[in-house]
Amino acid sequence: MASSRHSLPAGAGAARGEADTPSSHVMRFGLDQPLRLDSGQSIAPLQIAYQTYGTLNADKSNAILVCHALTGDQHVASENPVTGKPGWWETVVGPGKPIDTDRFFVICSNVVGGCMGSTGPASTNPATGQPYGLDLPLITIPDMVRAQAMLVDALGIDQLFCVAGGSMGGMQVLQWAVAYPERVFTALPIATGPRHSSQNIAFHEVGRQAIMADPDWRGGRYLAEGTSPRKGLAVARMAAHITYMSDEGLHRKFGRALQDRERVAFGFDADFQVESYLRHQGLSFVERFDANSYLYVTRAMDYFDIAADYGGRLANAFQGSRTRFCVASFTSDWLFPTIESKTVVRALNASGASVSFVEIETDRGHDAFLLDEPVLFATIRGFLTSAAAARWA
Amino acid sequence: MTPLDIHSRDVKRIDLLVIAGLVAPGSRVLDVGCGDGELLALLQKERRVEGRGIELSQAGVNESLARGLSVIQGDADTDLVDYPDACVDYVILSDTIQAMVRPKQVLTEMLRIGRKAIVSFPNFGHWTVRASLGFKGRMPVTENLPYSWYDTPNIHFCTLRDFTGLCAEVGAKIETPVVLDSGGRRMTSAPWWFWNLFGQQAVFLLSR
Repeated sequence: MASSRHSLPAGAGAARGEADTPSSHVMRFGLDQPLRLDSGQSIAPLQIAYQTYGTLNADKSNAILVCHALTGDQHVASENPVTGKPGWWETVVGPGKPIDTDRFFVICSNVVGGCMGSTGPASTNPATGQPYGLDLPLITIPDMVRAQAMLVDALGIDQLFCVAGGSMGGMQVLQWAVAYPERVFTALPIATGPRHSSQNIAFHEVGRQAIMADPDWRGGRYLAEGTSPRKGLAVARMAAHITYMSDEGLHRKFGRALQDRERVAFGFDADFQVESYLRHQGLSFVERFDANSYLYVTRAMDYFDIAADYGGRLANAFQGSRTRFCVASFTSDWLFPTIESKTVVRALNASGASVSFVEIETDRGHDAFLLDEPVLFATIRGFLTSAAAARWA
Repeated sequence: MTPLDIHSRDVKRIDLLVIAGLVAPGSRVLDVGCGDGELLALLQKERRVEGRGIELSQAGVNESLARGLSVIQGDADTDLVDYPDACVDYVILSDTIQAMVRPKQVLTEMLRIGRKAIVSFPNFGHWTVRASLGFKGRMPVTENLPYSWYDTPNIHFCTLRDFTGLCAEVGAKIETPVVLDSGGRRMTSAPWWFWNLFGQQAVFLLSR
């Protein structure tokens, strides 16, 4: 295995470099091991960038796969090589944390279609020597999970002690439990749902249209042509970011407070703090994320619908499952509202699976799963500790 | 019925020990309103049941999770419909029916989900309650029922006879009635009027 390298210079250049030569472990699959896709096409060769934390035990039974969300990456519990910021889930993953790396071997891989080192639209297409761009076939959530399974196989791990993740990561958790029930001892899907809702598809479409409407997108060939649809991607991020928060949370944080001024300026500058905040979110996002990746990964979420493959009955998907599930949702999450999690819980109940469910009270919306939420931490810790006691009884 | 041979000082509520005695070893159990999971933990330990729970409070759910129980945060009044027919052997409702918005519907659902149902509740026909209402003209506030009328979660009190009436109405067969006196002692066989006057708590094993 390659060793981790850290502290590359921040900025768009660094982000671009990560696509082919990531600052993390890399697993490569040759032409003889293609990733077969739901679309009927396949990807070969395939590269998967991943990070690990903790130590794999002798019988390889203590591995936890963490699945990242739409714009996340494999740097779950260590400094991000592009932004220089802490890992995206350091509140949950680490020594002594709820997902305790003193005890568990944690794996997190960049999704296929991403831009941090797993094969995606920003990766160099070995057939042409140019970035894939839109030549990369469309990816689905089951495709992402199939690629993760190839990685887990390559690491010699048969059964994962747990698969955990929030939002799109939670979709992958559910997909793992459905596609590989015997390989998942426990599943921890957080702030997610069994399918992407019509409203969520609509929001994604706004983001994609913003990117594609940017003249610098160049029909997806911006990398080859030396441009970047920065404005379109920033607008996509701004729109999406609103859906990650709640009305109440935004109001608590910003209210109608003005940005560096005493009164409104009667113009279209960022008068309000909330505008300034969103602009900052948009601008910092384009430094680290590839616009085409945003198209691919949002599309993967849109296509997600577990029940569709099981005659429209979600419970059939979990029939006979021996996985222990712990489902969590947040009261103010309107992107994946509690009703979505309850649909999963109901189906698990109907199929006789072991399931726990917690709805956590917070005004921080969908993003709450990434933030300091003690009740979530207590839930994860309690669930994993008791499951470990059962696993190694 | 096999009385449970537990001399557990950890279990404060006597009705839980009685319930545990009514549950056959190795069965599947759903505890409705499971609180911090005390009963489910007791049943898992002493009866080796496959247990699940529903609990409204976040604190209760988390304490149950920490005990390693499968518990769903939810409301028995609305969420029991999610469970398939006859998916467990026993559905238990301990000291909770008086707090339900629709007790009749809950009892019907319990008997649909489980082959058997176990319900424990405080007897509102106990003589101290009658005395409070009859002589003092006030709603009772006792050690067992410590709330004033305006802040009580208990919105649907019933007497033993009221409950057996509901059982008849929903077609529930009373397999085993256990009535406890004010000292928590199991009362011997007696006419219903006697139980209804001197029984402080009841635990009923019901079947369809």
